[in-house]
Amino acid sequence: MTGPKADIIAQLQKDILPLQGYKPLQNMQADPLGLEEINASFPQKTFPLAAIHEFVCEGKEDLAAAEGFISGILSSLNRNGGASMWIGISQHVFPPALKSFGLDPERILFVQMKREKDVLWAMEEALQCNGINAVIAELKDLSFNTSRKFQLAVEKSGVTGFIIRDHPRNLNTTASISRWKITPLSSSSMDNLPGVGFPRWQVDLNKIRNGKPGSWHVEWAYGKFNLVGIAEKQLYIPQRKTG
Amino acid sequence: MQRRFLSIWFFCLSTDWFSNRDPHLRTIPFILSTPSNGRLVITALNPVASSLGLEKGMSLADARALIPSLEVLDNIPHLEGKLLNRFAHWAIRFTPVVSIDPPDGLILDITGCTHLWGGEKSYVNEITSKIQTLGYHVKTAIADTIGASWALAHYARPSQIIENDLYSENMMSLPPESMRLEPSITERLHKLGLKEIRDLLNLTRSSLKRRFGDTLIKRLNQGFGIEAEIIPFIVPVEPYEERLSSMEPIQTRKGIEIALQKLLETICHRLTMEQKGLRKCMFRCYREDGKTSEIAISTNSPSHHAEHLFKLFENDISTIRPGTGIEVFSVSAVVVEDLPSGQEKIWESAGGGLHDQRVSELYDRLMASRDVVAISRFLPAEHHLPEKSYKAAGSLSEQTTHAWKSNPARPLYVLSPPELIEVTAPIPDYPPMFFNYQGKRHKIIKADGPERVEQEWWIQRGRHRDYYAVEDEEGKRYWLFRSGHYDEQKTYKWFIHGLFS
Repeated sequence: MTGPKADIIAQLQKDILPLQGYKPLQNMQADPLGLEEINASFPQKTFPLAAIHEFVCEGKEDLAAAEGFISGILSSLNRNGGASMWIGISQHVFPPALKSFGLDPERILFVQMKREKDVLWAMEEALQCNGINAVIAELKDLSFNTSRKFQLAVEKSGVTGFIIRDHPRNLNTTASISRWKITPLSSSSMDNLPGVGFPRWQVDLNKIRNGKPGSWHVEWAYGKFNLVGIAEKQLYIPQRKTG
Repeated sequence: MQRRFLSIWFFCLSTDWFSNRDPHLRTIPFILSTPSNGRLVITALNPVASSLGLEKGMSLADARALIPSLEVLDNIPHLEGKLLNRFAHWAIRFTPVVSIDPPDGLILDITGCTHLWGGEKSYVNEITSKIQTLGYHVKTAIADTIGASWALAHYARPSQIIENDLYSENMMSLPPESMRLEPSITERLHKLGLKEIRDLLNLTRSSLKRRFGDTLIKRLNQGFGIEAEIIPFIVPVEPYEERLSSMEPIQTRKGIEIALQKLLETICHRLTMEQKGLRKCMFRCYREDGKTSEIAISTNSPSHHAEHLFKLFENDISTIRPGTGIEVFSVSAVVVEDLPSGQEKIWESAGGGLHDQRVSELYDRLMASRDVVAISRFLPAEHHLPEKSYKAAGSLSEQTTHAWKSNPARPLYVLSPPELIEVTAPIPDYPPMFFNYQGKRHKIIKADGPERVEQEWWIQRGRHRDYYAVEDEEGKRYWLFRSGHYDEQKTYKWFIHGLFS
């Protein structure tokens, strides 16, 4: 591609983003992942805040992995004294464990609702409140209309939403900006010492609006994410339109 | 400000109640009787019976001798008290200060209320006509003191409104009973020929005091406004209360919403001016048929944000039953706390943390929902058992007294209660080689442990736990423990307690 043409395309891509409702927060210079390799996949090369991220899980192991990954992201969002909300039908998160992901457990409000549709309602209420940084919801299903409502709420308030979907009945199209899958990987121990090492995951970014999907091996150690490898075999998932 | 009192005397309270239930009693003489000292005594009588010469306290046998066709019913104990209580609550719509005057009267402090009805005359007419349509006989009087209004209601006829300066002259000709004295004192006054209040005033205070005691002087002083009289209110006046009466009875949800919004705006304006915020708030609707319905909300931190408070009420508005219509609305702030107004921000920053007003408003909104099970915030607790190592915080502002422990590692996902698993383990104190969980066999490759957690014997008894963090061949990490020591009989059990990220 020649120079001027590439410039025009870059400019056009930049113009598309605001039209789709995504605008990076001006006053927040946070880089939650801190990994250039993954950031390269995102629109404008930064982790999209003020957007809805979706995590797909199959089983408790994936759920625990996704929660760990999200906690790592949250720790940098909450660094300046912010608060977050964690909504679900059951309360299975062990608060003291959040500390090992650099997150202050006392700055998280755990909301337990009766039914899944109440979780959706609480999520929407919370996303409209710009006093908090992020909302995490544990759900099974998410319809396109609901995700659209969430998207409109975060565009206004600037809150970042994380939706963890355990065993979704069908992976329908949603208005979320991304769809992730986090699976646990064997940890590697230093210097062949016995025992379990740092948490390590295969991070699959299956869908990202205006970005490039990818797959990486990531480890959480010493309070930050480390890239330990790029997955050789990338899961092929046909790209469908999002949003 | 000149105070004004209205005294209402229900002179046939209990018989009117009987007549309302059985209308044919209105036209015939009938009395209520109660046993006293081994005979039946008249305790109440209807106007027809009293016009035929019967009196309270007369024995039933004498009354029967006078009027053979007399209808006699048993008195219902405490009926008058209940009726009065109902009337007193009903009368709240006319003034916030209502007091019960046992056995058969009400006293209303109407200072500054009558102009809403266009003067004292139409105010009294409104009240008496409403009571009369309910089927009760009343006599009323308005005067500057409680004593004067009581005396005039009971002993002057007909019902009257006494202008500011004239009430003392009107009282002159009343009998001493009108001073609310004990029967023994009035009897002695009559014996001495003191048949009117005028006669009492001609005597010196000191001689009255010597002969009849302090009460007479006190009652005289109260009647003529020399001494203030304090009456107990049926509903204590809330310091932060706003009322709104409607021109026509309101039945629609929209109407109730408008009234609530208006009231919240006025009360919040007042709270803002005084740098206060409310924690608990009641919204009451006084219905036309005398019933009231109320809804209440509470907030997590003091608030004077009308829009937010309205949202909290919104869920419960549907529980208000307007019936035939609501006449008066009131909003009262039951619990009020100081709320210093913060400095206005030029721009709203994102993510202000837990102390942010917006977060506590969100908390209130979620708490007001009926579908919420719990909203919790956790603080560390000084216990070793994992399930006790954290506790729920009492409020959004409660601080941690000690730090969270992050070593040794704890799983993010816990199973409560821990689930029983089958394990193949080699020798004591080694981690298991295999375990079965939910029908799947996991081969353990890596393991950390054991980490022994003892029971806290001063709280509960039980076996200690040896925890292992393990990783299987697929890279999934679990948290297992063995309960108790290894032994030959295999009485120990293995559990899975959580999943690491």
